[in-house]
This record gives sequence, C-alpha cells and structure tokens, in this order.
Amino acid sequence: MNRKRATKTHLRQLKAALPFLAPSLAGLSVFVLIPFGDTLRRSFCNAMGNRWVGLTNYRQVVTNSAFQLAAKNTAKFLCVCLPLLLGLSLALALMVRAQNRKGGVFRGTFLLPMAVPVSAIVLLWKVLFSDQGLVNGVITALGGEPISFLSTNAAFWVLVVTYLWKNAGYDMILWLAGLDNISKDLYEAAAADGAGPLQQFRYITLPELRPMVGVVGLLSLINTFKVFREAYLVAGNYPHESMYLLQHLFNNWFLDLDMGRLTAAACLMVLVLLAVIGLGRRYWRLDEG
Amino acid sequence: MKQVKRAALYAGLLALALLIWWPLWFIVMGIFLPADELTALLGPVFGEGAGYARWFLLPSWPTLASLAELLLDTPEFFAVFWNSCKQAFPQALGQLIVGAPAAWAFARLRFPGRRALFGVYVVLMLLPFQVTMVPSYLVLNRLNLMDTVWAVILPGIFSTYPVFIMTRGFEAIPKSVIEAAELDGAGQFTIFLRLGLPMNLSGLISAFVLGFLEAWGAVEQPMTFLESAENWPLTLYLPQVVLDNLGLSMAASFIALMPALLIFLFGQRYLEQGILQGAVKE
Repeated sequence: MNRKRATKTHLRQLKAALPFLAPSLAGLSVFVLIPFGDTLRRSFCNAMGNRWVGLTNYRQVVTNSAFQLAAKNTAKFLCVCLPLLLGLSLALALMVRAQNRKGGVFRGTFLLPMAVPVSAIVLLWKVLFSDQGLVNGVITALGGEPISFLSTNAAFWVLVVTYLWKNAGYDMILWLAGLDNISKDLYEAAAADGAGPLQQFRYITLPELRPMVGVVGLLSLINTFKVFREAYLVAGNYPHESMYLLQHLFNNWFLDLDMGRLTAAACLMVLVLLAVIGLGRRYWRLDEG
Repeated sequence: MKQVKRAALYAGLLALALLIWWPLWFIVMGIFLPADELTALLGPVFGEGAGYARWFLLPSWPTLASLAELLLDTPEFFAVFWNSCKQAFPQALGQLIVGAPAAWAFARLRFPGRRALFGVYVVLMLLPFQVTMVPSYLVLNRLNLMDTVWAVILPGIFSTYPVFIMTRGFEAIPKSVIEAAELDGAGQFTIFLRLGLPMNLSGLISAFVLGFLEAWGAVEQPMTFLESAENWPLTLYLPQVVLDNLGLSMAASFIALMPALLIFLFGQRYLEQGILQGAVKE
C-alpha cells in the first residue's frame, strides 16, 4: 500500500518536472548522450564501425608515438601550470584584498583577459614572440641573445605564460570569495597572541582555504584544455613538438577521420576525467530537501 | 612602515596590471596608426625589413584610415563579423531558453532520479570539447548539419554549464515566496515565469555573459565543424588575414575585441557571480 503510494507520488513529481526538463534532455540525448554511446561502441570496432575488433584501437592509441608525445607534454603542462596558476592567483587575491575598496580597478583588470578573444590577440602574440619580434628586440637591446620562441623548447613556456595571463583572474575571483569567508575573529585573536602576517597566513589563511584547493584546481584543469586556442592560433596544427598537446592530436586524427583511434582516445580521456571529477564530487551537490 | 608596505604592494599590482593594460593599449593604438608606419614598426615580424619590431606608446600621426577601410571597403570582413554574431548570440540566448526551465526543475522540483541526473549534467559541463567533439561529429554528420552554422549553435545550446549556474540562482530564492504563490493556486509554469525568472535575473545574466564570451572566443567548434571559409567566424578568419595587410589586421583585432570588451565592462559583476556560482557552494 505504502509502496504504491510512493510510486504514485514519484510519477506525479516526474510529470511535473518533465515539461521543464524535456527540451534540455531531448537536446542532450540527441547531441551528446546517444552519440556518446555510439562513440563507445565504435571504439571497439574497425574504422567503418561495422566489425568488432576488441581492444585493438586502444592498443593502437597507447602505443602511438604521437599520442605518447602529446600525453607527456599535456601532463608536463599540467604539472607546471596548475601549481603556478594556483599560487599566482592566490598572490593576486591577497594583494588585491590589501587595497582599499576591495581592490577596485585591479580586480577587473586581472579578470579582463578572460573576456579577450584569441582572435584579438593573435596578431599581438605574433608581434611579441616571433624571431624578430618585440620581446627579442628588448632582449637584444639589453645585450642578450635573441630566442626563437616558437621553434624551440621555449614554445612551451610561451604557452605557459599565455595560460597564466588568461586564467589567473578567474582563479583570483574564487580565492577572493574564499578569503572573504574566513572569519575576521580568527585574525584578531591571532594578532592579539602576537602572530605576524606570515604566521597568520601560514596558520589561518592556508588551512582555511584548503577545502577550496580541490575545486579551484579542478576548474583550472578543465580550463587548460582551452589553451589549445592560443596554441593553435599562434603555431598552427603542427607546432613545435614541445607544445604538441593532446588537443592537437585529437585535431589531427579528426582531420584524417581516423575514427577508430579517435573514439578510443575520447573514451580513454573520459575515463581519466571521470576519475578526477569523482574527487571533486562533493562540491557540486544539489540542495537537499 | 605600514604606508611603505602598502605602497610596495601597490607598485607590484601596478606592474602586473601593466601586463594586461599594455596588450589592450596595443590593440587600441593599432587602429590609429597609418599603414606605412605600421609596416615600418612591425615589418620585421612579417619578413619586411631587417632588425626587430618596434612599438611606441603613442602614434606619431593618428588616423583612422585602416578602420575606415575595414568598415567601408572590406565587405568580406562584414560577412565574417556577421558570422561571429550569428554563432555567438543565438548560442547564448538558446542556452537560456533551454537551460532556465531545466535549472528550475533541478532547483525547485523534487523528482526521482534528480540527483543522479544533475550529476550527469555536472560531468558533461566539465568535459572538454576534445571529448565531446567525436560524438557531436557523429550526430551532426548524420543530420547533414556539418558545415552549417547549426553545427556550432546546436551542440552549444545544450551546454550544461549555464544550467548549473542558473540552478544555483534558483536555489537561492526563499522557499516561502514560492510557497505563498503555490497557496494562491498558481501553477508551476506561472511561478517559474512570474517569480522565478525575475528573481533570478542576475543568474540569467551571468549565464548569458559567460555563454557569450565563450561562444565569441570559440575556436575549436567552428574549426572542426565548419569547412567552408564563408561560414568562418572572426576567430578563424583573423589569423589568415594577418599576412595580407597589417592595418586591416589591427583594425580587425580591435573590432573582434569590442563586443567581448563591452559585455565585460557592463557585466563584470555578473561574470564574477557566474564564476562563483560555477564553483563554490555558499
């Protein structure tokens, strides 16, 4: 009896929610969920998608030298960028907060690059970083040796700087919110006990911000995939091998319509990302009730 | 002592801010430079002239000739600009039209499977384009939409990130307000339209600002799904014209920046709010 009533309520609730969800769900099913199933199926099939080949595609992806290079570079890029970005943005947040009026103009300034489309800066980046560009002009004027930024390992660092330039403001906004949430009493109590600014930072600010590190890190990780825009526009489809990232690889396989490898690589990437997202799960809960 | 410290911090901030102001100033000043001066300054980068590129803080002989040429004598640029608008605005608006009701359902209605479904939305929001590219291609190809603007717009409309942001906004509306409306006998649709949307206006604007900036700067989607150059937005077109004419390229960079910059200046508050709602649980 009770069970029946529960099912009835469920049905009623579902009926009420469905009209609201229908457009979004229908679109997602058509454009993402169903084709995702197809992608998964194809990753176990030959290129035409009509014969089962087991794990062959996966084996081909993992042993492919371009894949290994791209995976290595992407991992290196993440390991270098994420700590730099988290540190830099936290420093920005602390400096901005120390100013009057919540940092005023600086707050907007550091967020601004997020709005600047790559199309607007692609010319500037060429002017800055090409062999006869502005940066080399400054370097030689100071008596240094010019650097081939886009055709040596330095390309990797150009990409790192661009990534930091573009994303530091986004993370800064998150840190600022976190800093606002720390109770002032803690600092006052610490100051009364004679703790200096460094000690306060070490024993109050850092521990209080720690729960945020996971979510800020995860969102930054997601944003790193967009650095492909800058990399592609500055250096094209086959950039210097130090900045050949997984995104380039996907793009090149796509141009070849190499569906076997492409679908297998996409499934591998989903697997890795699901593991990472699982770690940040608790930040995205819905309200209870 | 405290004064000195504050001044030092201020100087540090100023130095960092210059790294952002200077590039913008470069783009703005670029439209005032006459073509021959541009060639003289930046020629070395593009294989014209020896030595290194140079740049000054102010143009010696300001003119708007390049901008005028771009706007008046370059019809193909208009077509490209229009392509960008055609792809960005419908995408951002469509996200609201499709996403707002779904967000309302997640925030205010209790239905079985709600949390699991929301989990799916969150995961989809976090997947990068490189992962969804293959599934999107498979379906766009089957629907014969490849190489049309719809190939960029349609998958974009069903992005789940705006749904996530708007859900947070709808959750923030006090329960009592909604319950009062329910007691008055208003149906869910009426409550959603009359109460929900106006009370979550800032959430809608946040989603729009983020959605627009994303769509305006998009490179991957048009590059993958649009083959013919006639459909290309600014992001694909500009890297090509760089080599043809410096003056036009400078002016085009400026025009490409403007819509995003204006949306940013008017919507900075909403952008910040959107960033926070996309991440931190209050």
